[in-house]
Amino acid sequence: MPEKSPQELFDERLQRVKDAAALKVPDRVPVFGPYQKYPYTFGGISFKDAMNDYAAARAACHKFVDYFQPDLDFGPIFAYPAKAMEILGWNAFKWPGHGLGDDTMYQYVEGEYMSDEEYDEFIFDPSDFMLRKWAARQFKSMEGFAKTIPWRRFMWSGWMNLPFFWSTPEFQESLRTVTAGAEETNTWWASQFQYWGEVKDKGIPIAYAGWDWPPFDILGDTVRGTHKILADMRRRPAKLHDALEVATQIFIEYGSGAAGATLPFCWVWVHKSTREFMSDAQFAEFYWPYLRKGLLALVEKGVIPVIYWEADFETRLKHIVDVPAGKIIYHLSNTNYEKAYDVLKGTTALMGNVPNIMLHSGTPDDVRAYCKKIIDTIGKNGGFIMDSAVMLDEAKPENLKAMFDFTREYGVYR
Amino acid sequence: MKEQLITAIADLKEEEAMSLVRSMLDAGEDPQVILDATGEAVRTIGDRFEAQEYFLPELIIAGDLMKQIAELVKPKLATKVTTAKPLGKIVLGTVAGDIHDIGKDVVGFMLDANNFEVHDLGVDVPAATFVAKIREVQPNIVGLSGFLTLAFDQMKVTVDAIKEAGLRDQVKIMIGGAIMDTNAAQYVGADAYGTNAAAAVKIAKSWTGGM
Repeated sequence: MPEKSPQELFDERLQRVKDAAALKVPDRVPVFGPYQKYPYTFGGISFKDAMNDYAAARAACHKFVDYFQPDLDFGPIFAYPAKAMEILGWNAFKWPGHGLGDDTMYQYVEGEYMSDEEYDEFIFDPSDFMLRKWAARQFKSMEGFAKTIPWRRFMWSGWMNLPFFWSTPEFQESLRTVTAGAEETNTWWASQFQYWGEVKDKGIPIAYAGWDWPPFDILGDTVRGTHKILADMRRRPAKLHDALEVATQIFIEYGSGAAGATLPFCWVWVHKSTREFMSDAQFAEFYWPYLRKGLLALVEKGVIPVIYWEADFETRLKHIVDVPAGKIIYHLSNTNYEKAYDVLKGTTALMGNVPNIMLHSGTPDDVRAYCKKIIDTIGKNGGFIMDSAVMLDEAKPENLKAMFDFTREYGVYR
Repeated sequence: MKEQLITAIADLKEEEAMSLVRSMLDAGEDPQVILDATGEAVRTIGDRFEAQEYFLPELIIAGDLMKQIAELVKPKLATKVTTAKPLGKIVLGTVAGDIHDIGKDVVGFMLDANNFEVHDLGVDVPAATFVAKIREVQPNIVGLSGFLTLAFDQMKVTVDAIKEAGLRDQVKIMIGGAIMDTNAAQYVGADAYGTNAAAAVKIAKSWTGGM
């Protein structure tokens, strides 16, 4: 049989994952995932190098895809641009060389970037709040933005007030630094675009066209902080509901960028609604209705949301089954896959969930046995994608190879 | 008033609880009575968490309330605080390289509520710091927390360091974190893994003979 061209491989892979997403039976079980730090470890470079040397990050990702041949690829997107982060002075992050060891995954530093009293400002004009308060607190370089007036006051002759604010040394310094940070970020994006073209030539589509966060997490992760937003459910529920309405519009705006893409996957990273984080009643009141509303809007625009349900969601299954069939993919981390399948089959495609500890310190036989069992139980009728349980930072190459090779061989639908 | 205060704290009525504390102090109530009431309320909160009536939001509010009460009461304490003999001592921390604290904090809160003496080392804790603290406070139990997969190896490094220091036989070690399981506990050389804070309490009690 003649070898397939890159374009044929590209189309085949695209069809495979689109079929799985639509609950159809593809030619075989797709296998890929958002592998975070692992490609760089496999490629022999530290995470610090990956975040600073864009060419080295691309080279490592190429080595990874050449060896494992994933159906979709994320490329070097998780190697965030350290130089730009340094220039911009991102206070809310620690990364290798900036508070963490050279080969340690970057981590978010929680904080209260909106005070108890500022809910109304956010609700009234989120863009103004984000620019003059949130950005000025999150980024050292943007402190000068706090010195200006709301942009909504530029209308008619309001612009004449500009000199009083834009001429301050603090604001001008912020503009200069942010411009330098933006230029560096552009260089990083150019590296991403270059990579997309290069893997397309190998027949591998890129796994994302957009990223998003549930409305509750948009507020909780970076604006209020976990501590504050969880307490807000009891302390100021009405304000939280109003802010969640605003955050839902932001969610839709964010995710809509994926509409019209070759593969309109929008990855939605779920953070704060698992198990003990909130009661089922709180999930049903504050979390799910806003996320569901946002998801339905994205589906309406032709986006395929891929929800990354971190941790254990068994207690939430009865709620999250309430979505249109064949339009959304649910990624499982620690949720028992048989229980998830019982509730979600015929509604959403499922993705997951080879335990990371198994990939890290188990054996290829352990991995093959797990993959066989999951394919036999929840993957037998299509609508399934093989992946690790959580984003991959550490693994034995032979274990990961076993996951890919076994799925490619055993996962063929006959 | 003490009973009222216990109920207000346990039901997380923040304003009512604080106003009761102020009234009691103004009326010359022994600050120890207020601390005893707080302790009793925390035990009820712990029970409700175990019974899944309360979740993380409630523990956060309870924690905030404890802090506020302590700030008011502590300056008025004339004598040393008396507490019941703890069930056991626990050294707790998130392992090196990982700065996640929520899970560890919940475990610390629940162990404290269940009368364990908790020594919380915080996040990103090097193995040597665990070893030094174990030498200092002689705990029965060490709790290692980790959210990221890097914790698999860091927990192993920590357990190995405890072994090398000759302290492994003196302590039981438990691990926790969203991605942990019994395989992870086996890999790192821990004695047990807990799925959540209630499980951590159960394990700690089983090791110290508590009920």
